[in-house]
Amino acid sequence: MHIHRFEKVWLALALVFILGLISTIAYGAVGPGIEMIDAEGGTVDPQNLDETEFADPGVEQVGEDEYEVYVVAKQFSFEPGTPANGVIRVPANSEVTFYVTSQDVVHGFEVVGTNLNTMAIPGQVSKMTVEFGDAATYGIVCNEYCGAAHHAMEGRIVVVPESEYEGPGATNATSGNETTTNASVAAAQQVAGSATEVTA
Amino acid sequence: MSTERIEGELGAFRDEYPDAANVVRKLFAVSFAALGIGGLFGLIQALHRTGVFRFIPSKDYYTVLTGHGVLLALVFTIFFLCGIFTWSIVDSLERPLESVTFTKTWVAIMSTGSTMAGVAILAGFVGEIPFQADVLFTFYPPLQAHPIFYIGLALFIIGTWLAGIDWFRTYWNWRGDNPGQSPPLRTFMVLMTMLMWYLSTLGVAVEVVFFLIPWSLGLIQAVDPLLMRTLFWYFGHPVVYFWLMPAYLIWYTILPKLAGGRLFSDPLARIVFVLFLVLSTPVGFHHQYMDPGIPEGFKFLAMSNTMFLLLPSLLTAFTVVASMEYGARRNGGTGYLSWLRNLPWGEPAFAAMALAGLMFAAGGFSGMVNAGMNVNYLVHNTLWVPGHFHLTVGTAVALTFMGVTYWLWPQLTGKRLQHRTLATIQPYLWFVGMTLMSNAMHRGGLAGIPRRTAEPQYENFEFEALFGTIGEIRWQIALGGILLTLSLTLFLIVVVGTWLVDRSAIAVDGDLPPALSGPEEAPRAINNLRLWLVIAVVLVALAYGPPLYTMIQDGLFYPGQPPQPTALEPLWEVLL
Repeated sequence: MHIHRFEKVWLALALVFILGLISTIAYGAVGPGIEMIDAEGGTVDPQNLDETEFADPGVEQVGEDEYEVYVVAKQFSFEPGTPANGVIRVPANSEVTFYVTSQDVVHGFEVVGTNLNTMAIPGQVSKMTVEFGDAATYGIVCNEYCGAAHHAMEGRIVVVPESEYEGPGATNATSGNETTTNASVAAAQQVAGSATEVTA
Repeated sequence: MSTERIEGELGAFRDEYPDAANVVRKLFAVSFAALGIGGLFGLIQALHRTGVFRFIPSKDYYTVLTGHGVLLALVFTIFFLCGIFTWSIVDSLERPLESVTFTKTWVAIMSTGSTMAGVAILAGFVGEIPFQADVLFTFYPPLQAHPIFYIGLALFIIGTWLAGIDWFRTYWNWRGDNPGQSPPLRTFMVLMTMLMWYLSTLGVAVEVVFFLIPWSLGLIQAVDPLLMRTLFWYFGHPVVYFWLMPAYLIWYTILPKLAGGRLFSDPLARIVFVLFLVLSTPVGFHHQYMDPGIPEGFKFLAMSNTMFLLLPSLLTAFTVVASMEYGARRNGGTGYLSWLRNLPWGEPAFAAMALAGLMFAAGGFSGMVNAGMNVNYLVHNTLWVPGHFHLTVGTAVALTFMGVTYWLWPQLTGKRLQHRTLATIQPYLWFVGMTLMSNAMHRGGLAGIPRRTAEPQYENFEFEALFGTIGEIRWQIALGGILLTLSLTLFLIVVVGTWLVDRSAIAVDGDLPPALSGPEEAPRAINNLRLWLVIAVVLVALAYGPPLYTMIQDGLFYPGQPPQPTALEPLWEVLL
């Protein structure tokens, strides 16, 4: 079969280009250590989240600068994350592992302007570990259509200076009853206040 | 210009194959109707989500979006390509339809299926009708549509399967009469595309027939959302090649002629289609990089396959450009780049295809970003993604289909193309509109603006553009959407106007010149369809076997989720 000389050169360049693209990804995994969301988070029964580690979602301290955040996505809020459920509050310069699932339909959990981004799928747990640097406020947005008020599903992560961090319990809704829900709304407003201080 | 030849006695396709021409016209008519409605929905979205003009409630945005996706991505594209494939088979094998009844049957099944799905979607606008299908083009459960949506989709797919059987049967009969000959290029391309389609639609067929239809009828309680997504994307990426491969067929076989030349190499064109068959399906996980429950290794495998899938497209870029250059030089073109001036830019068919190819190059680059699995974190489900596929399916495919219509429609109707001025402006208007809309969508995506959202304006934070401003991005999207709708209107005026005039001698030469390097130079194995299919199946089994096995190990329906309301209020509250 006759292949034009230019076409042979083009073919070779194309192959080099493709292998180059694949190796940049391999480098990203090995060098900077960007991990993919995978099966490590395991599965949960979405119809019985109350009997799982998602019964009481929120922030937990698990090491000196290490935190875990359990997030339940639902039509049309994040718990925690959406102010009415208490925003997510972590100290600056901490390593935070997120566990995200959904209690109803498929949602997205995207921290705007960062590479913290995952699907929240009923029955599956997305696990990802990130490092937060300086104090800042980030928006959370649901980036997968989840129903008629999908566009209202948003939230916030507030990274507060280490000196001002009062511990994870301060913002958590601890149970489903009405009293604590009110308390968490009040706490969320507090957080909003302190976040303004940080950014100002 | 060589494309403008005088004809008249050279019989139009319509006169040689009246039954086939009739079927192709009908398929195109459905396709263009879907294009018109779907395009209008696109305009509503562009104005609504940017906040430029909102006249529907935001909950109805999702009905509009579902209609836009299904009508354009499935109905417009697939009805059109069934027309192109029917024409390709009949014209290249020089055989009329084997059985008009059989052909009409699959057209009727496809039409019935699309109508059912369409009715379910449009009923979402009317609260009094208990139907809805506000589940978008991907219909991820546990969002649930009315059963007629899923049954309609299943019928539609079955119709395309029968269409494939029709084309294969024609080919087998031709082979019986022409033993030992390699199939004409267009036929080969149709057959390879259909093998890819059979292999890949298995995923969505299993999802819809075995899970979603019984689930929507209440026969099974719960489905596993991750398994359903996986089955969908098993089909969801190859479907983009189902749209694209007909555009490639057009670029390989018709565009060189319109440029005044001939195809560079027939064997390489076949190799490209073999690569598409083999590599199109085992890549679906690249739509699920952000999904939990899928091991990283399989995501990496899908990514590598995806990157290799660039190869046939890069080869195509070479061949198509080389064929155009050959044509331009035959028309007196010289120099490194000044030959570009010797191309028939004033011919709507050529201009549409060439501009479509140019935009496809841009879309290819944004696709490489999507495909890079760790870079994907930054753009997944953001506006970047629709920015990307409006360059690929929304321009490379759609504008090529419009371009080929300017060339083929006169042959199908036996009528001279009307409103030539409008037809000449139309592709350029599309190009400008898409440049505005798509660049803004890409940049909006980098700023984190989500796709599929009625009001991407939030209380807790503000988006910040990397360059430009969010306000400017929104205006470009809205303006681009308006220009695209205008361009679409021009196209429909030309098509309908041509259809309505009286017959006259047409000014199109339907003969396609043979390639410079012909099929006889290809290695014999290239036409061995069975071999390529087996390799494709093995690759799919490697890519999908183990992860699917893991997903179903804890039960086909576990972890399961019953249907969730798509309405804001639970049903019982509405009733009380």
